[in-house]
Amino acid sequence: MLLLPRMASNLARSLLLLLFAFSICDAVAIPGPISDRHRSAALELFAPHHGSFASLEETYEALRVFEILAVGDKPDVRTTTCPKVLENLGSPTPLKDLFYALKVNGILKCKVNKDVFKDIASKLKATVKDAKTLVDLYYSIGSLVLIKDQASDVDVLLADANGTFQTIKALSQSDGKWRYTDKPESSTYAAAPYCQVNSVKNDILKLFDSIEKYDDGTFYFDEKLVGGHEHQGSISTTSSVVRGVSAFAAVTSGKINLPGDKILGLAKFFLGIGIPGDAKDFFNQIESLALLESNRISIPLVLSLPATVYSLSNKDQIKVRVNTVLGSAAPPLTVKLVRAFSTGAKDSAIIDNKELKYDQNSGHHVLDVLPNKVDVGTYVFVFEMVLHDSDGEKVYATGGQIHVPVYFTGIVKVSNAEIAVLENDLGSVETQKTLDLAGNDIVSLSANHLQKLRLSFRLTTPLGHAFKPHQAFLKLTHEKKYEHIFVVGNAGKKFEIVLDFLGLVEKFYYLSGRYDIELTVGDAVMENSFLRPLGHVELDLPEAPTSKAPRLPPLAVDPYTRYGPKAEITHLFRAPEKRPPTQLSLIFLGLTLLPLIAFLVGLLRLGVNFRNFPSSAVPATYAILFHLGIAAILVLYVLFWLKLDLFTTLKTAALLGVFLLFVGHRILSHLATTSAKLKSA
Amino acid sequence: MARSTSKDAQDLFRALWSAYSATPTNLKIIDLYVIYAVFTALIQVVYMALVGSFPFNSFLSGVLSCIGTAVLAVCLRIQVNKENKEF
Repeated sequence: MLLLPRMASNLARSLLLLLFAFSICDAVAIPGPISDRHRSAALELFAPHHGSFASLEETYEALRVFEILAVGDKPDVRTTTCPKVLENLGSPTPLKDLFYALKVNGILKCKVNKDVFKDIASKLKATVKDAKTLVDLYYSIGSLVLIKDQASDVDVLLADANGTFQTIKALSQSDGKWRYTDKPESSTYAAAPYCQVNSVKNDILKLFDSIEKYDDGTFYFDEKLVGGHEHQGSISTTSSVVRGVSAFAAVTSGKINLPGDKILGLAKFFLGIGIPGDAKDFFNQIESLALLESNRISIPLVLSLPATVYSLSNKDQIKVRVNTVLGSAAPPLTVKLVRAFSTGAKDSAIIDNKELKYDQNSGHHVLDVLPNKVDVGTYVFVFEMVLHDSDGEKVYATGGQIHVPVYFTGIVKVSNAEIAVLENDLGSVETQKTLDLAGNDIVSLSANHLQKLRLSFRLTTPLGHAFKPHQAFLKLTHEKKYEHIFVVGNAGKKFEIVLDFLGLVEKFYYLSGRYDIELTVGDAVMENSFLRPLGHVELDLPEAPTSKAPRLPPLAVDPYTRYGPKAEITHLFRAPEKRPPTQLSLIFLGLTLLPLIAFLVGLLRLGVNFRNFPSSAVPATYAILFHLGIAAILVLYVLFWLKLDLFTTLKTAALLGVFLLFVGHRILSHLATTSAKLKSA
Repeated sequence: MARSTSKDAQDLFRALWSAYSATPTNLKIIDLYVIYAVFTALIQVVYMALVGSFPFNSFLSGVLSCIGTAVLAVCLRIQVNKENKEF
């Protein structure tokens, strides 16, 4: 919440006050009813492009929002929209456009010829008979209903209402529950005597059982439970359900037993959205709230507090407003403050059962007198609404006991402030100065490492109790910008801190010199929080011992260097082995080949001949192939040494080996038989 | 006595040489091959002694393949030798 800004103290003080004011104001738990902020947001969101909106659907949404919110100087789009509407009603158009054209016409009341309506009605009745999907049925029946409202003498009754209803039921089984709630609305309009009211009622109750809940009592419908095809989001889903249920309730005569707190939870959900940024969400929110405001099940009433932060020094009064969700006046009722207690002491109530007076001029319920026991701090006020008309309980949903957190701020008295330098062992005072923390004077002290610095002051609430603030810090800053922060502890009302420099020498990095002293005392409910420079102290610390040279930490690092690129690391390869000089290796290569030459020469001298080489065709080829195969294997050796890897070599060697085996066997067996023949012969 | 020792050595050598000449040619071919293989191995050992055994794999493969082929050739000689017929 509160920070220690490094700015000039004046700026810091004002910033502190602003910060705590905003932080408390944001913590309003109850969403208020629709206000003028919504109206101006509506004008911004639904601004037409060049005098008209993109599609009929958007036109309808914009017009309906303006109508519900009673927005003043809304843009006039009649001249551009009416021709579009007429065009859509005249020529054959897709059902969706026709539907929205009729809706827009209902608001704008363009001049449409009666015959056009008759024409459309007959076409729609035919569509209803052959409709294959739920969407088509929805749009066609909805359009029929709208025609009935706009041209009352056109015949729109469906020929076979029961059959239509059965089709709706059958289609909705496969299509998902959320559309089911919209369909009964349109079907009951057109087919009033025939529909099976009770089954629809039960289904609605079942749907409400699957409602989701937030912890603060807000109810909403989530998309995953009702199984839509596109990604709907909870706002659209919940608003579809509200539309369907309220339309159904408007048409049926009986009562739907939905608990009032669920309706109130739905209202809280829509109000808790605040001001949506998206036009579609805005429309859904406003239309659902309008339907909730005037529905026949139970009308939610919203209790809100315009402000929850009250100043004891200004003697503010607690004001409460009760409205319907759209901000209009509530029925006559009294607001009772059942209980008020401090968040620290939940059991003891400081206020019990007081009634708030109703102020006719402003429309607020006011607590005129605050008891003396209210001190600075956070409290919880519990309100309850009591309707003057006892039958109202059935019509309105009030929501029982409502807990509201309230903050009381006030001036906390700071007194008896003094700062002193003490001798270490004896504790005797060397220099002592009293401070006036409200003023601006600064002190100048000097101390060495054998002494202590003591700061003390008292904090008292307006009612004279002890007060422990969120922040009580003492900061010492060296000339070289090193900062040391200490927390000031307290015993009851007295706050005291003693800095023993002997123990702090190492923490201060052995830096002697001038240290600036700053005291910060702050709390959310303290109206006079302060951050005050008290002066400076000249500290004389011993030199750092050379053995333990203090490593001063780096000061605030420029964030770009901290996350910037680091030094490049070059890889150190293993030192390569010492290789012999190239010439020596080449000499020995020659020497190795020498025995081969000697061998060949020796063979020649021994008189090697090719006498046994077979001369006839078939064995000759085998012989040649055999020799070639052996030569190939030797060539493979050379290639393996020079270029190839083991896998290819082994593959080739295997192939060659098989080939050689086959050929060699043939030639050698041939030779053996010839020699055997020779011997026998 | 030195003279007679050297003369004896020479005589011995000549006797051995003439006895050896009696062996059939195919055996002489095999003998020549074995001598070739052993010499190649020896040269590689000398090289390794000179420059150190850095790529030890190379040394091993060179020497052992030479020795291996020499051993196999000796086996062949034993089998081919007609005087070993009874085995």
